[in-house]
Amino acid sequence: MSDAVGKAYPPTLYAVGREKIKEYARATGEANPLHLDHEAARAAGYADLVAPPMFAVVYCGPAMGPAYFDPELEIDFARLVHGGQEFKWGPLVVAGDEITTVVSVKSIDERAGNGFFTFESVSTNQDGHTVSVGTWTNVVRA
Amino acid sequence: MSAFEPGQELPELKVTPDRHLTVRYAGASGDFNPIHIDEEFAKQVGLPGRILHGLWTMAQVARAQTEAAGGPHALQRLSVGFRGMGVLEQEIVVTSKVRAVDEDGTVHVDTEATQAGTTIVRRGDAELRP
Repeated sequence: MSDAVGKAYPPTLYAVGREKIKEYARATGEANPLHLDHEAARAAGYADLVAPPMFAVVYCGPAMGPAYFDPELEIDFARLVHGGQEFKWGPLVVAGDEITTVVSVKSIDERAGNGFFTFESVSTNQDGHTVSVGTWTNVVRA
Repeated sequence: MSAFEPGQELPELKVTPDRHLTVRYAGASGDFNPIHIDEEFAKQVGLPGRILHGLWTMAQVARAQTEAAGGPHALQRLSVGFRGMGVLEQEIVVTSKVRAVDEDGTVHVDTEATQAGTTIVRRGDAELRP
């Protein structure tokens, strides 16, 4: 199972849409017009509506699935807990961006019978800039 | 941003997730794990009922930082640990305190989220751009 460390999954491409940003912004309580009004975002100097930083979970979503469901990892979903999360952000993502995400297995450990599965996501925009690097720490409880 | 000093507390963020929040967030995020949206399923697997998505709660911690720092551009890094579980219809309070300010102006913030006296996001560590 720990042989899977370093394993990378196929890249996914996510096209960022204005209405999806608004839906996400409303669900997370964002009131900043940069996330809700594309004209306000343009007036502030952005190319289009700005995604909140945590929108990373949306464009990473399609890339994370194959990792969590990888039969080689044998993750037991009934005992799976999201232990921790980190994102480092680069340039802000705006509507119209196309984000490519590659997920890999960063580490697999066992401590006190609990399994720790850590994935890394690296997301890049159409200009080749890294917009976020995510570290997804999951615990499969004993 | 340069106004931030070590020891300074950032404004608290208070938010109460309404009873349909997890349904809206499931749609917005694409995370349809039934423990968040199906009361019966959640109880069957030993939970008190539907629980909040950890990443929604993390988004509240992120929002506390971006609102304090003047916008989404300011948030450079955020790491959190999840503990316990967040529930619907109870107020969550995000507290944040400046730990250090680097020479280049980068602000390091310790932050956490609590609900009814329980810490649900712990060891939050944020970096804000100058």
